[in-house]
Amino acid sequence: MKYSLLFAALASILIVMMIGIFTFREALPAFRDIGVKNLLTESAWRPGEGQYGILAMIAGSGLVTLGAIVLGVPLALGCAIFLSEIAHPNLRAFVKPCVELLAGIPSVVYGLFGMVIIVPVVRGIDIPGNTGFGLFSASIVLAVMILPTITSVAEHAIRSVPKEFREGSLALGATKWETIQKVIIPGARSGIISAIVLGLGRALGETIAMIMVIGNSVIIPAASTDNPLSIFLSRARTLTGNIAVEINYATGLHESALFATGVILFVLIIVVNSSAKYLMSHGSLEKIR
Amino acid sequence: MIFRKFKQYSAFSAMWLACGLTVAILLAVIGYVIIRGFSHISMDFFLTPPRGGLSGEGGISSTIIATLYLVGTTLFFATPLGVGAGIFLVEYADSVRSMFVQKLVVIARFGVETLAGVPSIVFGLFGYALFVTTLHFGFSILSAALAGTCLVIPVIIRTTEEALKAVPVSYREASLAMGAGKWETIWKVVLPSAITGISTGIVLSAGRIVSETAIFYVTLGGSYRTPTSLMSSGRTMALHVYYLAMETRAFDKALATGAVLVVLIIILNLVINTISRWLSA
Repeated sequence: MKYSLLFAALASILIVMMIGIFTFREALPAFRDIGVKNLLTESAWRPGEGQYGILAMIAGSGLVTLGAIVLGVPLALGCAIFLSEIAHPNLRAFVKPCVELLAGIPSVVYGLFGMVIIVPVVRGIDIPGNTGFGLFSASIVLAVMILPTITSVAEHAIRSVPKEFREGSLALGATKWETIQKVIIPGARSGIISAIVLGLGRALGETIAMIMVIGNSVIIPAASTDNPLSIFLSRARTLTGNIAVEINYATGLHESALFATGVILFVLIIVVNSSAKYLMSHGSLEKIR
Repeated sequence: MIFRKFKQYSAFSAMWLACGLTVAILLAVIGYVIIRGFSHISMDFFLTPPRGGLSGEGGISSTIIATLYLVGTTLFFATPLGVGAGIFLVEYADSVRSMFVQKLVVIARFGVETLAGVPSIVFGLFGYALFVTTLHFGFSILSAALAGTCLVIPVIIRTTEEALKAVPVSYREASLAMGAGKWETIWKVVLPSAITGISTGIVLSAGRIVSETAIFYVTLGGSYRTPTSLMSSGRTMALHVYYLAMETRAFDKALATGAVLVVLIIILNLVINTISRWLSA
């Protein structure tokens, strides 16, 4: 019995290895024939003409993630501090399930909401070529989607700051806010940073909602007016979206290039998640002690 | 002092605002989808299949069946593996003596953590490469369920571990002292006490499968017909929302289907919360 259970426990690592092997095997022709350097640095993605550069998708994923972090992190951290330090337990008992529910709503519903509500609003910004579909709409949708992840991990980190820290600071005459600002947040810093990094990982991995609102054009986003922020009104395509949109009809080298996109995404996410884990286990709290 | 109080006041207001905004977003998304969606829902909507083609007409009956079929098949594969792994990691992992098995335990834990972070489109890609093409399962419930299994295994393992850790050691000691074997103790004493906790993991997984779209977009095929066997292609409700919105631009029908999904997810969340509250009581 023990050994069959051990097998079940090893199933996860077997799956991880199989994912690695299979996606890499399929991606091999692309790495060999196109070359990793060309794949990563060429901006043209025209499978029909044998051009396979994913730079535009890297830019798309990067910018939309940046946008989501800028919009989502202040909101999520505000929420986390509010829930752990300020809110009355009854209010917390109401808000916490709401945040959890936010995490449970299917991404396709967020995408739909984005298409029906956010895109038409963004379309109202009067700039030539603005269709509403693009990085800005996608960033808003993505910000909401990563909010629950960041909130719950950061809240957990803040709650695990020892009570004595608070009491010490308050006893020295600091106000509650000064205590939060100068004692609790520094004490929970590694946990808060890893919450943000985890959110970043989720943002990079999101697929369906992004396809629905980002416009999916393979172009390197560029500002259309003098204001550099108008870059966010540009259409774009994410790495994940590139895979999902084309895999079902791709063949040959094209298919292989999509698998290569998957390998790059997989490696990227593993790096992001391991750094979050590293931050979490090598917390700054130990140094204070 | 007044300045410090003022600073506190403004910081706290900002946080009230952040929290209020979060709840407002939730209510806006849910409220909008449900109110707009339910105005297009009738009994027929649940009982007729989608008409197909580019019309966006018809109901969602076949997508409900496909969703149930897929959830059932995925849980059939994922539950024994996930629960088994959880039992091993909690009940056996710390007591193994052989160095080799100890190494395997470390690797197994690493595997669970890594798997939990893999983005779903990579599961989709993997499922497409292995199940759809290499093993020739085609776009089918079977391919999709196997890919979905990879997604939910970490969820089931983690909740099983939590549930087993919550069972007092004295239960195990009492059973062992009565002369029961290790497995007998786990099967007849530990598992029955942990069953409610484990079931939250299974409900959670069902929710993940219901809401997942990316994996099934590349492994399930998207046929709107009612699936008849494991090898049939199909379309879950979430996938149906995507096709309606992206391919036919039938937003009213998409919102109606989305509303059904959201209500389903709220119900699943309530079930999980009720079980957890019942557990801690």
